[in-house]
Amino acid sequence: MAKADLIGGTLWESYSRKVNDRMLNPRHLGEITAEEAAARGARLVVADWGAEVCGDAIRAFWAVDAATGRILDARFKTFGCGTAIASSDMMCEMIIGTTVDEAMKITNLDVERALRDDEDTAAIPPQKMHCSVMAYDVIRKAASEYKGIDMDSLEAEEIVCPCARVSLRTVRDVIRINDLHTVEEITRFTKAGAFCKSCIRPGGHEARRHYLVDILRDVRAEMDREAAGRAPTGAAGSGPAAARPFPELGLVQKLRALERVLDEKVRPNLLRDGGNLEVVDLKDNGGITEVRISYSGACRGCPSATVGTLSVIEEVLTTELDPRIRVVPV
Amino acid sequence: MDRIYLDNNATTIVDPRVKEAMEPFWCQLYGNPNSLHTFGTEVHPYMRLAFDRLYAGINARDNDDVIITSCATESNNAVLSSVWYNLIRAGERTEIVTTQVEHPAVSNTCRYLESLGATVIYLPVNADGIVDEDILRAHLHPGRTALVSIMWANNETGLLFPIPRLAAMCREHGILFHTDAVQAIGKVPVDVQAAPVDFLSFSAHKFHGPKGVGGLYVRQGVPFTPLLHGGEQMGGRRGGTVNVAFLIGMGLAMNLAVEGLAYEAREVRRLRDRLEDSLAGLEGVSVIGERELRVPNTILMSVKGVEGEALIWDLNRQGVAASTGSACASESLEPNPTFVAMGINTELAHTGVRLSLSRFTTEAEVDAASDALRVAVSRLRTISPSPAR
Repeated sequence: MAKADLIGGTLWESYSRKVNDRMLNPRHLGEITAEEAAARGARLVVADWGAEVCGDAIRAFWAVDAATGRILDARFKTFGCGTAIASSDMMCEMIIGTTVDEAMKITNLDVERALRDDEDTAAIPPQKMHCSVMAYDVIRKAASEYKGIDMDSLEAEEIVCPCARVSLRTVRDVIRINDLHTVEEITRFTKAGAFCKSCIRPGGHEARRHYLVDILRDVRAEMDREAAGRAPTGAAGSGPAAARPFPELGLVQKLRALERVLDEKVRPNLLRDGGNLEVVDLKDNGGITEVRISYSGACRGCPSATVGTLSVIEEVLTTELDPRIRVVPV
Repeated sequence: MDRIYLDNNATTIVDPRVKEAMEPFWCQLYGNPNSLHTFGTEVHPYMRLAFDRLYAGINARDNDDVIITSCATESNNAVLSSVWYNLIRAGERTEIVTTQVEHPAVSNTCRYLESLGATVIYLPVNADGIVDEDILRAHLHPGRTALVSIMWANNETGLLFPIPRLAAMCREHGILFHTDAVQAIGKVPVDVQAAPVDFLSFSAHKFHGPKGVGGLYVRQGVPFTPLLHGGEQMGGRRGGTVNVAFLIGMGLAMNLAVEGLAYEAREVRRLRDRLEDSLAGLEGVSVIGERELRVPNTILMSVKGVEGEALIWDLNRQGVAASTGSACASESLEPNPTFVAMGINTELAHTGVRLSLSRFTTEAEVDAASDALRVAVSRLRTISPSPAR
C-alpha cells in the first residue's frame, strides 16, 4: 500500500501525456480503402482482433508493398478505452515503414515504452497493460492474413502472460534455476502476473490456457521427483558455493564469487528481458558488503529495477553468499 | 461554462445551508455531548433537533433507534455483523439473502461472512432489472433465513425495488429485513412504517450533507449487537464520540432533502427526462430501465460501439463529470456486478455510463451536457470499428 492507493481514483492520473494526447488526437485513425492501396501499388490487409462483448475490438488496415513486404501505411479503428486507442495509434506509427517481419517483432511492451513521457515512468497503470496487448495481437493477425498462414503458427513460444509477454518456457526456467516456491516470486522474477493478473489462477479477467499456480505446482513436482531420484548419490545441490565463508575472502575472490552467482542466477533473467548489470564497486561498510551495480540495456529505467528486481538480486546474493550483502544501484 | 457535475449518485455538493449550520460546532460549541458540564450539555438541544429531523425524515417512531455511524458502509457492516453473531454463529439460522446488484458495502461483506461459514443467496433481477416478490419468495426459507438485505434503489440503474412489499413478506415469515437506502433518501419518500423494515442504512453525503457520517435505523426490539464496542455513546450501540458537527449537518440535510422531495419528483425528473429525451436522438443509445421504475435523477445509458471509460474521459475533457462501471475503468478489470446481473446485453459491461442529477442541476447544465455527449459520442464513433446498429 502507498498513499496513492489510500487516496484512490488515480487511474487517469497515471496516463502519460502521450497517452492523453493520442487518445484525443490519434494520428493514424481511419481506414485504408482498396483504391488507396492500389494507387500506391500496395496490397490491402484488413485484420480484426477482439470483440466488443469482450471490451476491446480493433480493426487494422495495412497497405503493404507487395515487392518488398514493407508496410507503406497503417491505420486503425478501435472500440476500447483510452489506453487501447492510444496504443493502437502508437502501434501504427511504429510499424509504418517496417517490413511485415519486422513489425511482428514489436510487442505491447515496445508500444508502452514508446508512449512514455520519460523512460523511467510507465505510460499507463499496471492493470491497463492488458488493454495494450490487443495492439500486439492485431499485428500478428494482420501478418498472418498477409502471409496467408495460421496465426498460431507465428507464435514461436507459448505465452503464459500476454501483458508482460512471458513464455511458458521462461516461467518454467525461472522456477527451476532460482528454486522458486511461490507465485509472488515468479512475478518478481519475470513480471508475469504483475498486470491484469488473469494468468495467476483461474477466475480472473479472462480465461487462460496456462496458469502460474498450475505451472509452479507441476514444475515443483518434477523437481521433487528428480531430487528424489538423485538423493542416493549425495549430490551437493546448490548451496553456498564458496569453499571459505564469503566475509573471509579477499577482494578478488569476493568479486569472482559475486560474478559467478550473478552469471548463474541473475543475468540469465535480465538478459531474457534485454537487460544486464555490472558490478562497479565493492565496499565494506561496517561489516556489510555493499555491492554497487550499474544496470544496462532494458533494465535502465525499468521501474522494477529499483524495487522488485533489486530485491531479487539482493535475495539471491544473500542466500548464496552472505546475509550481510547489500545491493546498491548507482 | 463551468464544469457540470452529473455524478450525484457518487456524492453530492454540500448544501451551503448545511455547511453554515455546522459552523458553530468547530470552535464554539465543541463540547463532548457525553460530558456533564455545560460545554457538553449545551450541544444537546442542537443534537435533539438533528435527531428529530432524522427520525421525521424516515418516519421512525420515538422508541426506534437511529444510530449515527461514520458512513452507510459502517451501517451495513453493523447489521450484517450483528446478524452473524446473534443468529448465524449462534446456530439459530444459517442463511442471508441478498441480491446480485447490491453495493460492495453489502455484497463484499456478505462474501466475507461466507468465508466465515454463512450461506448467502444472491438474488437475480427480473427482466425490468428489479428484485420482485416472486424472486424473493422463491428463496425465502423460514427457520433458515436469518436476514434479507435488499437495497431500496440501485446506485447504477436508479431502479427502485418494492421494499414495502418485500419487507412485509419477510415480516410475515419472521425474517429480519435490512435495506440499504443510500440511493433513495432525498429522491423518493422513505417511510419505515409503510415499509416494515428492521434495519435501514443511509449516508449524508448522498443528500447534500457532509461525507463521513451516516445512520442506521434499528426498529424497537430488534436484536442488535454493536459493531464498534466502546463507550456509552449512542446508548452503547455504537462506541466512539459522535461527530457533532456532521450530525447537525446530516439532520438539516435530511430535513431539506425531505422538503425537496416534491421538487425532486417534478423538476429533477423533468430535467432528467429532458436529458434522456435528447439522448434518444443519438444513434445507438439505449437507456436501462423504465423511467417510472427509477429514482428521478438517474440515467444509465449505453452507446453501441463506444466504450464507457473512453466516453467519460471525453466528457471530463469537456467539463462534464459522469461515471462508468465499465470493466476497463476498474482496478480488477471486472465490470460492475450490476451490469452483469442486468444481463440485458453483455456489451453493457463495457459501455454503461451513468448520469445522475441533483436538485442543484440546472436546465442550462443539462443542455450543455447533452451537447457534450453528442460531441463525445460522435468523436468516439469515428474511432470505433463498430457500426451504430
